Amino acid sequence: MIFHKCDRTEELKVIAAEIRRQVILSLAEAGSGHLGGSLDLADIFAVLWFHTLQHDPHNPHWEERDRLILSIGHVAPVLYASLALSGYFPVEELATLRKLGSRLQGHPGKDHGLPGLEASTGSLGQGLSLSVGLALGAKISHKECKTFCILGDGELQEGSVWEAAMSAAHHQLGNLVAVVDRNGVQIDGTTSHVMKLEPLADKWKAFGWQVVECDGHDHQALMEALCPAREPHQQPKVIIARTVMGKGVASIEGDYRWHGRAPSKEEAEKFLEELQHVSQ
Amino acid sequence: MYLNRGNKATKTGFGEGVLEAARKNPQVVGIGADITASVGMNLFADQFPDRFFSLGIAEQNCVGVACGLAMTDNIPVFSTYAVFAALRAADQIRVSLCYNNLHVVIGGAHAGISVGPDGATHQALEDIAIMRVLPNMTVLSPCDATQARIMTIQAINQCTAPVYIRFGREPVPDFTNDSVPVEIGKARLMNPGNDLTIIATGHMVWEALAAAEILKEKGVGARVINMHTIKPLDQDIIIQSAGETGRIITVEEHQMTGGLGGAVAEVLSQQHPVPLQIIGMPDHFGESGKPAELLEKYGLSAQKIAESTTHFLISR
Repeated sequence: MIFHKCDRTEELKVIAAEIRRQVILSLAEAGSGHLGGSLDLADIFAVLWFHTLQHDPHNPHWEERDRLILSIGHVAPVLYASLALSGYFPVEELATLRKLGSRLQGHPGKDHGLPGLEASTGSLGQGLSLSVGLALGAKISHKECKTFCILGDGELQEGSVWEAAMSAAHHQLGNLVAVVDRNGVQIDGTTSHVMKLEPLADKWKAFGWQVVECDGHDHQALMEALCPAREPHQQPKVIIARTVMGKGVASIEGDYRWHGRAPSKEEAEKFLEELQHVSQ
Repeated sequence: MYLNRGNKATKTGFGEGVLEAARKNPQVVGIGADITASVGMNLFADQFPDRFFSLGIAEQNCVGVACGLAMTDNIPVFSTYAVFAALRAADQIRVSLCYNNLHVVIGGAHAGISVGPDGATHQALEDIAIMRVLPNMTVLSPCDATQARIMTIQAINQCTAPVYIRFGREPVPDFTNDSVPVEIGKARLMNPGNDLTIIATGHMVWEALAAAEILKEKGVGARVINMHTIKPLDQDIIIQSAGETGRIITVEEHQMTGGLGGAVAEVLSQQHPVPLQIIGMPDHFGESGKPAELLEKYGLSAQKIAESTTHFLISR
């Protein structure tokens, strides 16, 4: 099953549900991995890959394509599902996630040759720097393409993110959009407990970014928010997307214990039923 | 004996190499972390301000941005002090650079104890060890300004994957002939001799050659090899020298563990065991002092290398 680009929320809703379904199936098959964040990003990824991003699954190396860097490499399943459902590789390959010889590494590994994957990531705090380099590269070669970077909220505790944020504003990278998956939880508990991030919007503003806060599960709001910042300011733009970890599977929503867990086969069946219930 | 055409810092050779490569290759871009002139990048930055990007004192970001630029068909050159390049940004170099296998040239400036008065914090004595264990990474350590210039150009124009090139601050003898080809991964025999082999890297090549002169007066024929490439290591010349001279000494401005000596030990122990002596820092931080004083204190001057060699020959 492959989906094409669209701009209707009804269609995006179906796509997001299918991304979630594939995330659950692939993680249950893998037996390990990160379910919570992979589920909560499904709406954002549905909008990005099936609405916002300029890309061509038949020509992954198209020079003018928009680039997406998954700084939180641990939610690779949501990226893999989006790529497969876009047509970059067969959906059946999602079942090889985390297995020996697979192109679908536990954290994205470019050396395994997965079509559509821009970069190896997974050590937190590095993706925004890569994105700044990509955006700067596009700017100096006068290309129109945009760079999108997916950040976790816990990841913002890494100082290197703020080095990158400072440099994006300094070099006036209006072609750069960062998305913060603001689910408020990380491995040890809530972000406010582990290391508080608020006032988060003010932090980004102080670093010279245009800030948009929105519901990370509202497709219409996301479609509007994800367009790059407007000229002439050439400010980079960050979307602080409020999400609920595990979104779509009511019984685990908001439970930080699902950050780094994969469902068993039995749990997966139950979750898929819950998911179906929601999408109907 | 080699002729010193005049003292010149290897960082100047690096800077000249970047400029020369950039003049012919429009893909070359530079990244600065505030100490542009101090690491020799001012030559490029002054000539090509549109291709030089200041990112401030933020080495982790510098490496990541360099990787992003490499992904968009640029050849980024990022230089800062080796302690920051190789250690502060080590994880970015491992994951963003090496795992993605991108062509970025990292210049590690102020390498070695010869940095002098700045003291231990700024004397990189661990960078070779860290850089050479990373998959996909090439590690270069040229012996003088001429070789630094040539190898920098090669790192930019011939390599297609990550390169770490190490160089120093102090003006040192500039003695190699730029008409003799330098090949990455092929060490150069600098002085013939059959009693033992001294394998040196960076500034220590000149000291090793001077040590060989001292030893010659005592009737000892010391073969001297310039190991300008730490990785990929020229194993053939090490095995051949082990076979022909029976003893090996390594000399480096680096910790005795994990650097050139460690790399040579890995080859000898597995392929051609012979007695080996490693000269370097003995698990110790550096300190302030004049470069010559520090080389003398830590056994890295020509005189001290000659003395160590004599002891080594007697001891076994």
